[in-house]
Amino acid sequence: MLEIANLNKSFSGFRAVSDVNLTVETQQIAAVIGPNGAGKSTLFNLITGHLQPDSGTVKLDGRDITGAAPHRIVRMGVGRSFQRTNIFVKLTVFENIQAAFLVHHRQGRNFWGRSEALYRDETAALLASIGLGGQARTVAGTLSYGNQKQLELGLALASDPQVLLLDEPTAGMSATETHETISLLEKIASERALTLLFTEHDMEVVFQIAQKIAVLHQGRIIADGRPEDVRNDVEVKRVYLGHGEVERA
Amino acid sequence: MAASFLFGQFMGGLTTAMFLFLIASGLSLVFGVMRLVNFAHGSFYMIGAYLAWQAIQWVHPTGAGFWIATLFAACGVGVLGGVVERLFFRSLYGREELYQLLFTYALVLILGDAAKFLWGTGQLSVSTPPVLAGSVVIFGSTQPLYNLFMMVVGPSIAFFGWLVLNKTGVGRMVRAAQMDREMLDALGANVGHIYLGMFVFSSFLAGLSGALVTPIQSIVPGMDVLIIVQAFIVVVIGGLGSFWGTFWGSVIYGQVLSFGILIFPSFSLFSVFALMAVILIVRPWGLFGRPL
Amino acid sequence: MNIGRRIPWTLIVFLAFATIPWMGSRYNVFLAEQIAIDALFAVSLNLLLGSTGLVSFGHVAYFGVGAYICAILMKTYELPFFIAFPAAGVGTALFALVSGFFCVRLIKLYFAMLTLAFSQIVWAIVYKWNDVTGGDQGLPEIPFPNLDWMNSVPFLSDLKVNDQFYLFSLAIIAVALAILHRIVRSPFGRVLTTIRDNPERAAFLGINVRAYQLAAFVVAGTFAGFAGALYGIFSRGVFADYVFWSKSAEVMIMTILGGMDFFWGPPVGALALVWLNQEITDYTEYWPFVLGTILLFLLFVFPGGIVGGLNALWLRVRARSRARA
Repeated sequence: MLEIANLNKSFSGFRAVSDVNLTVETQQIAAVIGPNGAGKSTLFNLITGHLQPDSGTVKLDGRDITGAAPHRIVRMGVGRSFQRTNIFVKLTVFENIQAAFLVHHRQGRNFWGRSEALYRDETAALLASIGLGGQARTVAGTLSYGNQKQLELGLALASDPQVLLLDEPTAGMSATETHETISLLEKIASERALTLLFTEHDMEVVFQIAQKIAVLHQGRIIADGRPEDVRNDVEVKRVYLGHGEVERA
Repeated sequence: MAASFLFGQFMGGLTTAMFLFLIASGLSLVFGVMRLVNFAHGSFYMIGAYLAWQAIQWVHPTGAGFWIATLFAACGVGVLGGVVERLFFRSLYGREELYQLLFTYALVLILGDAAKFLWGTGQLSVSTPPVLAGSVVIFGSTQPLYNLFMMVVGPSIAFFGWLVLNKTGVGRMVRAAQMDREMLDALGANVGHIYLGMFVFSSFLAGLSGALVTPIQSIVPGMDVLIIVQAFIVVVIGGLGSFWGTFWGSVIYGQVLSFGILIFPSFSLFSVFALMAVILIVRPWGLFGRPL
Repeated sequence: MNIGRRIPWTLIVFLAFATIPWMGSRYNVFLAEQIAIDALFAVSLNLLLGSTGLVSFGHVAYFGVGAYICAILMKTYELPFFIAFPAAGVGTALFALVSGFFCVRLIKLYFAMLTLAFSQIVWAIVYKWNDVTGGDQGLPEIPFPNLDWMNSVPFLSDLKVNDQFYLFSLAIIAVALAILHRIVRSPFGRVLTTIRDNPERAAFLGINVRAYQLAAFVVAGTFAGFAGALYGIFSRGVFADYVFWSKSAEVMIMTILGGMDFFWGPPVGALALVWLNQEITDYTEYWPFVLGTILLFLLFVFPGGIVGGLNALWLRVRARSRARA
């Protein structure tokens, strides 16, 4: 579904992403892990068109999307949720999702209809499926952090993506919230036949749901495969030595 | 065309340039550090001119009178700037840029009318200080001594400012504040003081320029708008926040104005704004600014 | 808006305005027309400011272009209103398209400066192009549109031409405001709001942010042009100082004074500012000082403007009565 080949990106001589090759199969749940500064965010930005790669290709379902404009890539089926919550703070929860549906259904050219009347059912359904049904009328900026993250997810889902990129979906969450988020993610992924690619620092999460793990270190992929293989990889152990997070039975 | 005529035009352009440079550098400085475009900079300039005139009325134009008045005016405007920053700007820092811009515009309105109220709507003038009266003939062109003085003083003062900014500890902090205010805050530096200092210095420069321009130009209402427009254009050409950009921007602007008028008599109005528009379209960060 | 969903405020206000020729003096009609035209001008600016988050300091350029096109076509070429007026709209739209294309590529501050530069270029051209625009003399005595058809209507036949034109332009403005209201409420308008709120996120929903900003710019400019065209006829002439940038500042203050987060904020601001101007200039020539002070007040005490303040008050009253219940 998602094929990244020989991707390179440098910033003023600093190689942020170096010769990255990564393939995520359809409906697979894959994780990219690595220490801070390894290049995970840069990689995501390269996939979603936020940054232009110096060389290499990104293919979605066989189609080349390398360096296309972000809004085009979204339309082609890549959704993204952000690490820092990136929602429309002045709109209500309902209006947030509704706006996403409006855009997805290309209603942006509609100068005449009444925006609040459109896609109400779909919006309500999506809110219910991510557990925000009761918060529909809350102004997004006043939501709790956990709820904002849920809304993040909702916004990404409204564009009906095939591939969902998640930037640290459980960052800053308590154990309970993490557990709920993960359950939600698994449920959504299977309901909508999504391909997931996420980055995480919480290794528990990663080993719980990832079917494939790629380890990024200083811009390079140093390990790539099934969780058990990655956990036992010598190189990976060396990189994480002292962190101890990989050592989990 | 006679060489002396061309030389005269060139010197005229340079004089304009150096004046503008003094004023524009204050504007550019504030933008570089505070990310603020101060429309009221021209108003400070005008107040400086009026204050200088006022001081001369009190002190009587003795030999040193002019210089005392100039110092008085510059300090006066510096204090004004400090008060404005402390009372008003402080509360606007976190908010949208629009509010800051509008505040400076409110200042323009208020200060403009305050000047009219205090000093009337007529033209006021100040005579050239005796030590600099008279002129010199260079390359067949008559240059007033005072103009030559300005051509030296202008860049000297600004250059001094540049030295401070780049070679001293204080200057380094200011430049750091330019990069990342929050980080500096976290490091314990008193960012508020830096901002205040910058703003006061910038206002001082504006007041100083206003005072120094009085022997050459009459003091009238509307001079605030006239100068801020030109300072604006200069800073855009050179690049907001760049010191050398402001310098070269002034030089270019001065010569363009000086020689442009020969080619197109109605040059100034249309073409300076067209120039500004072209720069903003083609290279918004100016000649020396940092790409956004 | 939460206030008065039951009461048809807009209809009441419109009717009130419509009856002024019979109820008030000639001066009242003059004021009312000024307010109405400024209201349209301000609402068009708010499409940029409040809806899309684009801060334009040069909006008067489009007002002026519209005014001059209509005036030149009607006076110099003696074309009828029903050709000149739409032509003014089209001409302004084209100008907005070209200038907007360059402006929306820039971020906030530089966007504002380029709009200012374009606006002053328009002013400079208008000021200098004597043959076409009348230069600093302007174009006085723009003819009224042919309103003879009004004489066949019972109520309207005994009105003077001035008053007839007032009602005529009031109707046009009402239609224009209705269209703008529709646009703001539409999905397009909703997209603009997301752009104002979080442009990055908007792009990640699949929106070409620049294209929408340009569209908003063109729509806003066109309606400003219509306002300008009406203004030229209303004030019996178009002059270069209509296009000076201080007018851009005034209309922006009007918009914020009324409240830029509400559709009817700018018209309220227009009413307040025109009325204030009229009152104050009777006593003192220091109107800029007063304007500056109003602006200070707005910035530091009432950033939500009049309608924003009223809305906040209403919400508090409602919350209190709910708490009691």
